[in-house]
Amino acid sequence: MAFFVPTEAEHVAPAEVADVELYHPKSWWTRYIFCQDAKVIAIQYAITAGAIGLVALVLSWLMRLQLGFPDSFSFIDPGDYLQFITMHGMIMVIYLLTALFLGGFGNYLIPLMVGARDMVFPYVNMLSYWVYLLAVLVLVASFFVPGGPTGAGWTLYPPQAILSGTPGAEWGIILMLVSLALFIVGFTMGGLNYVVTVLQARTRGMTLLRMPLTVWGIFVATILALLAFPALFVGAVMMLLDRILETSFFMPAIVEMGEQLNYAGGNPLLFQHLFWFFGHPEVYIVALPGFGIVSDLISTHARRNIFGYRMMVWAIVAIGALSFLVWAHHMYVSGMNPWFGFFFATTTLVIAVPTAIKVYNWVLTLWRGDIHLTLPMLFAIAFIVTFVNGGITGLFLGNPVVDVPLSDTMFVVAHFHMVMGVAPILVIFGAIYHWYPLVTGRMLNETLGKFHFWVTFLGAYLIYFPMHYLGFLGVPRRYFEMGETDFIPQSAQTLNEFITVVALIVGFAQLVFLFNLVWSAYKGRVSGRNPWRATTLEWQTPDFPPRHGNWGPTQPVVYRWAYDYSVPGADQDFLPQNLAPDQVTADNRHKDLPDGAVQPAE
Amino acid sequence: MNKGLVVGLVLVLVAVGSVVFHFLSPWWWTPLASNWGYIDDMIIITFWITGVVFVAIILFMAYCVFRYSHKEGRRAAYEPENKKMEWWLTGLTTVGVVGMLAPGVLVWGQFITVPEEASVIEVVGQQWQWSFRYPGKDGVLGTSDPQNISFENPFGLNPNDPNGQDDILIEGDDLHLPLDRPVKVLLRSKDVLHDFYVPQFRAKMDMVPGMVTYFWFTPTRVGTFEILCAELCGVGHYAMRGYVVVEEESAYQEWLQEQPTFAQLSGEARNGTGDVLNPVLSEAAADSAERGSVQ
Ligand code: HEM
Ligand SMILES: [Cu+2]
Ligand SMILES: [Cu+2]
Repeated sequence: MAFFVPTEAEHVAPAEVADVELYHPKSWWTRYIFCQDAKVIAIQYAITAGAIGLVALVLSWLMRLQLGFPDSFSFIDPGDYLQFITMHGMIMVIYLLTALFLGGFGNYLIPLMVGARDMVFPYVNMLSYWVYLLAVLVLVASFFVPGGPTGAGWTLYPPQAILSGTPGAEWGIILMLVSLALFIVGFTMGGLNYVVTVLQARTRGMTLLRMPLTVWGIFVATILALLAFPALFVGAVMMLLDRILETSFFMPAIVEMGEQLNYAGGNPLLFQHLFWFFGHPEVYIVALPGFGIVSDLISTHARRNIFGYRMMVWAIVAIGALSFLVWAHHMYVSGMNPWFGFFFATTTLVIAVPTAIKVYNWVLTLWRGDIHLTLPMLFAIAFIVTFVNGGITGLFLGNPVVDVPLSDTMFVVAHFHMVMGVAPILVIFGAIYHWYPLVTGRMLNETLGKFHFWVTFLGAYLIYFPMHYLGFLGVPRRYFEMGETDFIPQSAQTLNEFITVVALIVGFAQLVFLFNLVWSAYKGRVSGRNPWRATTLEWQTPDFPPRHGNWGPTQPVVYRWAYDYSVPGADQDFLPQNLAPDQVTADNRHKDLPDGAVQPAE
Repeated sequence: MNKGLVVGLVLVLVAVGSVVFHFLSPWWWTPLASNWGYIDDMIIITFWITGVVFVAIILFMAYCVFRYSHKEGRRAAYEPENKKMEWWLTGLTTVGVVGMLAPGVLVWGQFITVPEEASVIEVVGQQWQWSFRYPGKDGVLGTSDPQNISFENPFGLNPNDPNGQDDILIEGDDLHLPLDRPVKVLLRSKDVLHDFYVPQFRAKMDMVPGMVTYFWFTPTRVGTFEILCAELCGVGHYAMRGYVVVEEESAYQEWLQEQPTFAQLSGEARNGTGDVLNPVLSEAAADSAERGSVQ
């Protein structure tokens, strides 16, 4: 360690004055492209995730067309179908939802909501996005290599994933594994940032138990991701070695199409354990930010404090911890030692308790509230409906005996779409309607929004609720077509046609939403600052929308939790977190400040 | 019109509609053909417990939306916590969860405990077809090893194991099972994961290369049932089908007599007279092989 004693003249300028000014971007490139501002990085993440998400959406249409009208689309063959489900599933889970919740909402909201100027390592944060983009590009490249992308299912189970009976076994699987590894590298850079920022960069007064639940959700989800992704990383590297160097981590002696292969002694179940040790927490990586965000949406738009805040925080933490103890509930019929079933059944059903508590508290926040049925509120309500529905079917699958007939059927497809597809996406929509004005200064169009909401919510429910019953009937998942099967009545095909038609309509509604996003950025009604009259810090910045460095010359000071809505005695129905105690009533407040932009006392 | 009323009514419709759909749905499980009625009972228990919770939550939410939606002068109640209510709800939820878990693990205990008297058969999966092996007169399956698998010896039986000589091998034909006799199904795969799934039996299990997995059941209804593959195994996955014929003991024995043993088959193969062993690629495999997606 070199010691450096500054002389009087060399003394560093006081932080408040200079640190912001020092790293303000100087050129167009550093402002919009290679930018270190978490808010810009967030938008970059969001746009990239949205773009690749559109690919997954289009793939879902193709799959639905095939399932609804099995004989009409000769350009889809069984191999294509498997490639579609694989890319669709992987993109939706990893490249859309994980990236959007953590890279998108995490980057935008964490620094603003905890009163920080930015993430603590802005440069690494920027790198995180560029590595993510690279991962996406590698993934997209797999559509164009010989043999096409992998069709191994998003679970990528070996031996099948790297053998020739599966499409994309030549190049597709390699690119998929490389892309995942890159994604994990990129995510880790961002993830460490989010965690350290929450732990180290909160402004004065922002204790952990004053943080909005949005931050709690994203914070715990990030910790889960940092602990879970390495398992996938290792699995991916080992499978790459099996595929390229013919090691046998996951490969036992195999006779493929009558031919003895060069593998021996490996174990396919090892991969399944690694995959689900990541895969189950992944469900909560997607769910916990959703839980947090929806809590804030409900509280703000019902003008009521979140019910049981401390219980909500502990529930998030408990769910996060327990989520590492349940992974093998995906493996009840995998052939692992069946005695594990007892343990994993118990942990899985135990996790239902904190989850149910969260649901009760959301609903109890509505109870005796002053509910404004704005778009964010509508989406939050729709989230509760679909999440409860999907959570309940999880209790079916968590019980090993019930899982035995239902695993790998359409029941599972319906379950996970409801709980980790539809529900989180509804939160994302609600969140976008809620925070769009913060980003653009304008409101999204209400009429288009209503259309989007009703079609998406009711449509998604109509798609997935009846689908469970195909699973009861025994229709397996990942089937290109059912063909003639004795026990499947003709009416099942009619249901499939219905689902396909609804899926296309719901898909169309998303295009309306996209149009709204772009159109409103230019033509939307100007929102004014803090249009929802929210308490949290992101709405209290001196500039609106917030600028680089977020807080101008001085960071805010926090005096209260995030949920002071309709406090008795206060004359506004909300008290911003940075509102000083002596300004709670009108007599004391500065008269000249615009509504909702209350500044902390000097 | 009052927004709260509209949204509230839609929520009621979702809850009531789901329940009505459940009871009127023409899509429901296939009639049971095994002893696993307990599994169906568990599903019914789970339906009742979770269904009540689902309907209660949605209806309560509908009520809240209707009753507390914004109007001039309304102000929300300020109540950060209500410890008593939270503990009550936690307690009730725990009771519900135990109500599902307790019977669940009891049935699971049965599911993984094979009765002493169960007879043993083996199902072998490969891309994309099923084959079956019976232990023969001695009641014991001979040992096998993937390294032994060849055109002449598709099951990979150990040619020097006396227990294997009388094993009965069925390729490209149906599996037959006697009625009302518990059977332990040993599962093996030559190449990738598969899953032996007959919806009417409810039970299923993955087949994993390098391992022998198992489950057991008792067929309780005479008939022919379709076998599906329920674990993704490549392009032919959806077309990997087979049949189980459940029949009376006498018909079963009669059928069994006519099937070839390992000793007979390997004799024929040596004499060059056998043609039974040619593995038939399923339609799908052939299809996609034509299109060149299978190397
Ligand atoms: C309207 C939107 C959507 C439609 C119509 C749709 C449709 C489908 C279909 C038809 C399948 C294949 C089912 C099968 O044959 O097994 C599938 C699989 C899947 N979907 Fe979606 N999906 C949608 C949205 C989502 C979202 C938002 C997610 C995010 C979690 C998601 C995640 C998955 C996953 C993980 C799979 C499994 C892939 C596999 O089996 O390997 N989907 N989806
Ligand atoms: Cu899980
Ligand atoms: Cu299969």
